[in-house]
Amino acid sequence: MGADPFVRIRGLEKTFRTRDGDVEVLKGIDLEVEAGDIFGVIGFSGAGKSTLLRCLNRLESPDAGRVEVGGVDVTALDKAALREARRRIGIIFQQFNLFDSGTVFDNVAFPMEVAGVPRRRIKERVEEILELVELSDKRRCHPAQLSGGQKQRVGIARALANEPELLLSDEATSALDPQTTYSILQLLKDINRRLGLTIILVTHELDVVRCACKHLAVIEGGRIVERGETRSVFANPKSATARQFIRIGEEFARDFSVQGGESI
Amino acid sequence: MNLRTSSLGEVLASSASEEVWTFVAPAIWNTLYMLAVTTVFTFILGTVLGIVLVVTDADGIKPLPVFNRALGTIVNVFRSFPSMILIILLLPLSRLVLHRTYGADACILALVGSCVPMLGRLVESSIHEVAKGKIEAAKAMGTGNRDIVAKVLLPEALPSLVRSYTVTTIAILGTTALAGSFGAGGLGDVAVRFGYNRFRTDVLIPTVVVLIAMVELIQIAGDAIARGISRRRYLV
Repeated sequence: MGADPFVRIRGLEKTFRTRDGDVEVLKGIDLEVEAGDIFGVIGFSGAGKSTLLRCLNRLESPDAGRVEVGGVDVTALDKAALREARRRIGIIFQQFNLFDSGTVFDNVAFPMEVAGVPRRRIKERVEEILELVELSDKRRCHPAQLSGGQKQRVGIARALANEPELLLSDEATSALDPQTTYSILQLLKDINRRLGLTIILVTHELDVVRCACKHLAVIEGGRIVERGETRSVFANPKSATARQFIRIGEEFARDFSVQGGESI
Repeated sequence: MNLRTSSLGEVLASSASEEVWTFVAPAIWNTLYMLAVTTVFTFILGTVLGIVLVVTDADGIKPLPVFNRALGTIVNVFRSFPSMILIILLLPLSRLVLHRTYGADACILALVGSCVPMLGRLVESSIHEVAKGKIEAAKAMGTGNRDIVAKVLLPEALPSLVRSYTVTTIAILGTTALAGSFGAGGLGDVAVRFGYNRFRTDVLIPTVVVLIAMVELIQIAGDAIARGISRRRYLV
C-alpha cells in the first residue's frame, strides 16, 4: 500500500443488537485504499462487507475505530459536517433507490439541489453527467420506464453529481444480468480513469472483482482474511475463503461448459 | 309525508317538490361549507401530525421514542372517543376561541379536532410505505431532515397520501351530520330533524341521495387524482 492512502480504516468494530442477542458484524477491520484505486471487498452473505461500506459514509455508526476519508475522520463529524462530507462520497445501491416521483433529470439534480447548487449550474452539470453515463436521451423518463442497467446508470450519475472523490458501490451489480453487470463495470472503470475517482466496491460476485478491481480484500466473519493485488490473490490465494470463492467460480464455469451453457 | 300514509310515487313526487328543496338546498350549502373548511384545516394539521409521527418513530429520521409514544397515546385516546362525545368535549374549546358553542363555525373546530387524529394515522402509514432504501440514499447524499421530508417522503408517498385524503374527506362528510345537533345545519341535520323525527320520508330521500352523490364524487375524484399521479410516474 502507498504511503498516503485516501481511505484509512483502523480498528473498526460494529455490533448489532437484535432481539436474538448481539451480532458482532465487524471485529476490528484495518484497511487502506489508495487514491484512484478500484478496491473490491468480497465476502459471502453476512460477512460484514455491506456494514463495512456503510461505515464509510456513516449510514452505520461504528462502535469503535476510525474511518478516515481524504484525511477527515468521518466518525468524529457533527451533523452538519457529516452532511457536508457525505456530499463528497457518492454511493450506489443494489436496489438503485431512485426516486419514482421525479424524472431522470430530477434524480440526478437532487443531490445538488439539497447542496444548494444554483439552478443554472445544476442544469449544466446534469447534462454533463447524463452524457457521461450515456443517458442523455432519457432525461425526461421516469425510473419506472428504465431497465435495471439504465436505472443503475442513473444511480451512478446521481452519485457523481456533486463531484465526489470517493464512490461506494454496495452490491450495485447484484440485481443485474451478466451482460448489464459487465457494462456497468466498464462504466465504473471508465469513470475511475477519466475522473481519477476512488471506488470501493462491495460484492459477493467473484467476476465483478476480477473484472473491475485493482486491489481486493476478502472479508469473512467480520475480519479481513486476505488482501492484495487482484491478480496475485487470484494466482495465489492464501486464505481458505479466497480459495473457496475461486473454487466455486471454477465449478460454475466447468458445469456451465460441460452442459453447453444450456441446462443450468 | 311517509310510506305509511302515502304511496311510494307520492313520496317521490314530494321529494322533488319545491317545498322540500327549500330546506334541502340550503342544507347542501351548509354541508359543503363545513366540509370545505373542516377539510382544509384537517388536511394541514393531520399531515403535520402524520409527519411528526413518522419522523420521531424509533426508526424514523429523527428518533424521539418517548415523545413519539406519548403523542401516539394521545392520538389513540382521541380516536377511541365516539365522535359525538369528542365534539361535545371540544365545544368548550370553541367557546374559548370563537366565544360560542353552536352554529357551523363552532362545530368546524370540533370536527377538525375529531378528524385530525385519524388523518394523522393515515398519513403516517402512507409515508411508512416509502422504501427505506430511498431515505438512506437521500441521507447518504447529505440531505437534511427537512429536505428528506419535503423532497423525498411526501413526493414519494403522494399517490398513497391522496387516497388517505380521500378516505378522510368522506369521513368528515359523515361527521358533519353529527354537527347538526349543535345548530350547524347541514344535510345530516335535515335528515334527522325532518326525515326521522317528523317522519318525512320525502325529505329523507333527497338528503340521502345528495349525500351518496357527494361520497361518490369525492371517491371518484380522489381515485382519479391518485391514479393520474401514478400514471405520470409510469407506476401503473
